[in-house]
Amino acid sequence: MGNARVSKALIKPQKATRGRRTRQLIPYIYLSPTILLLIVLSFIPIATVFYYSLMDNVIITNTPPSFVGLDNYREILSNRHFHQALSNTLIFSVASVIAHLILGLAFAMLLNTRFLGPTAKAFFRVIYILPWVFTASIIAILWRLLLNPNGVVNYLLIGMGFASTEIEWLGSRQLALPAVTFINIWAGYPFYMVSFLAGLQGISADLYEAGKIDGANDFQLFRFITLPQLKPIIVSLAMLDFIWTTHQFTLIWMTTGGGPVRATEMLSTFTYKLAFTSYQFSQASATAMIILAITTFVAVFYVRNQRLANE
Amino acid sequence: MKKLIVGLLVVVTLIATGSALTAQETVTLEFAQWWEPELPAGEFRALMDEFEAQNPGITVELISGPYSTTRDQIVAGAATGTMADVVGLDGAWVSDFVRQGSIANLTELMAEAGYDDSELAAQIQIDGSTYMIPVVNFVYPVFVNLDLLEAAGVESLPSTRSEFAAAASALTDPDNNVYGWVLPLSMEQPNGIQNDVMSWVWASGGSMLKDGRPYLVGNEDVISAVEFIKSLYDEGVIARGAFSLREQDKVEEFTNGRVGMMISSLAHINLIRERNPELNFAITALPAADDYDGPRGLPYASWGIGIAENSEHKAEAWKLVEFLLSADVNSRLASIANAFPGNVNSTPDFVQTDELFAAAFDVFQAGYLANEFTGLPVAEQLMREFNEPFQLYLDDEMSLEEFLATAEEAWNEHFE
Repeated sequence: MGNARVSKALIKPQKATRGRRTRQLIPYIYLSPTILLLIVLSFIPIATVFYYSLMDNVIITNTPPSFVGLDNYREILSNRHFHQALSNTLIFSVASVIAHLILGLAFAMLLNTRFLGPTAKAFFRVIYILPWVFTASIIAILWRLLLNPNGVVNYLLIGMGFASTEIEWLGSRQLALPAVTFINIWAGYPFYMVSFLAGLQGISADLYEAGKIDGANDFQLFRFITLPQLKPIIVSLAMLDFIWTTHQFTLIWMTTGGGPVRATEMLSTFTYKLAFTSYQFSQASATAMIILAITTFVAVFYVRNQRLANE
Repeated sequence: MKKLIVGLLVVVTLIATGSALTAQETVTLEFAQWWEPELPAGEFRALMDEFEAQNPGITVELISGPYSTTRDQIVAGAATGTMADVVGLDGAWVSDFVRQGSIANLTELMAEAGYDDSELAAQIQIDGSTYMIPVVNFVYPVFVNLDLLEAAGVESLPSTRSEFAAAASALTDPDNNVYGWVLPLSMEQPNGIQNDVMSWVWASGGSMLKDGRPYLVGNEDVISAVEFIKSLYDEGVIARGAFSLREQDKVEEFTNGRVGMMISSLAHINLIRERNPELNFAITALPAADDYDGPRGLPYASWGIGIAENSEHKAEAWKLVEFLLSADVNSRLASIANAFPGNVNSTPDFVQTDELFAAAFDVFQAGYLANEFTGLPVAEQLMREFNEPFQLYLDDEMSLEEFLATAEEAWNEHFE
């Protein structure tokens, strides 16, 4: 009897510990599908690419892979074509983000004006959002046709007397980068426009009314009410857009392929060529890790900005 | 209950055994290629059905897509060891797949099957072994717009470089947006270097290689060809936007009557006729250097075929290759593809029925197939690495010597 009492007393705390452990595990069980997806879709691919970047003779070779440490990184970082691709990507991304911000905000304010009726607003909203509806390949084909030396753009420019001969927009080393940047700006501004429009519609009319009572003009209302109110959206969009634009591949590949010469070579096209035409998968992996580092740097700012906004 | 469970187990065992038996009897061959979408609907599948009827127990699953997608798919398959059993190949890919060990040695398979290879028009070999066999070939002659030629007062089709330059000059009329020749040098598809630049070297019996290695610096054949192209570029007889044009743009410009001459694949004849039935054009051999009278190398592209090293059904896969290269089937395939056959005993129908193709067949028979990029390592990258300094040379940003030295240095890195 005495033994039975002792064992019951021992079992009780064991049961309690087991129950506590189960309760502690419950959140992880709920999270497990997401954790599993993260491991399969993010962690394993990134770890594999990182592993490849430290090796030589991977994937397209029947020679056994060998560990080379940071040699691939050294080689890539000292490659002048990589420097050009990095520089082009920065110019392309920064110019795109700035133009997207300005155009997106301008069009959003136009659509938010009280001078237009609801029908006119809906009409222009559809027109302005059209570029965002097209896929990158459609945009590339469309603009290749428009910017062809025999295309509509040259026809109009020559017809209106702005040009005397056909301009080789995508075939000239001086014009190709501005041309593809313009195409990217055209394709991306509607996303900003829609986001800013939602932001503008969320700004309380009381603020503008108070500003007017204090004697503020339109510019001052924009400077001291609209911009500060939109600041969280502006910062978030700019950071996300910078990350997306640095990854832009389809548009560049289908319009210029990184040429003429290397005038529009981006990090994305540079990596693709290394992997799929030179079969240098180790070096391509090193480039991919460098791109990941750059975008992670921006992403950290984004997360920090989001955290500050939440506080 | 016990009886029910036993009964269920018996049924499951029977089904499993039955499926295993069926699986053993039927072999399914995967065949990845870009050919089916380029042929009239249903024609290629019909050939596969015929093969299946002749070879009970073998079925063919076609994995079809556009050329570029197929290429990426095969590269990915090669990387992961999941390549389809039979693959459509371009000569430019062969060396890399052999280096990787992802395509099978066909010489060994032919020997095992007791196949007589004397019927084959060509075999792509690396170190003496065959890895790809061209099933059909698309030659690249010069297409000439006869109406524009007549309007320009040129009486005959050009057969030498001087005649070509004179014709291009006469055809060029910038005010009416017409140019003599079109040269696609896009970096996305750098095959313009193979089809539209190096073809001038091969047409005059020249070579860009010496002992299997790059030979550009001091190579008179290459120098005269690129200087000739530069002279056309400087004279302004080449259609605008050359540095961003792709092969399809080239065909579009010719079809729309905006260029008088282009070097293009015979495969485009039907496309041009469909798009512009009124276009009056002819075909001629690529002009040679003025002092050259030997046989002319004719640039070509192939629908090549190979077998994956990872295939578990190599013998069955070889049967499919043999079927496609048999004289009768190869004639029919060449006929529907508007191409020249890979079997020397095959004759496509169109040679008798279509005068343009008959003219092309004459050009084909008078010359020899020449494409030195076939079988070279990273062939597409070699074209890109030639293209870059070539564009700078055309733009007077680089001297001829610098251009050739830069290209040769870049090429040499892949031959070490």
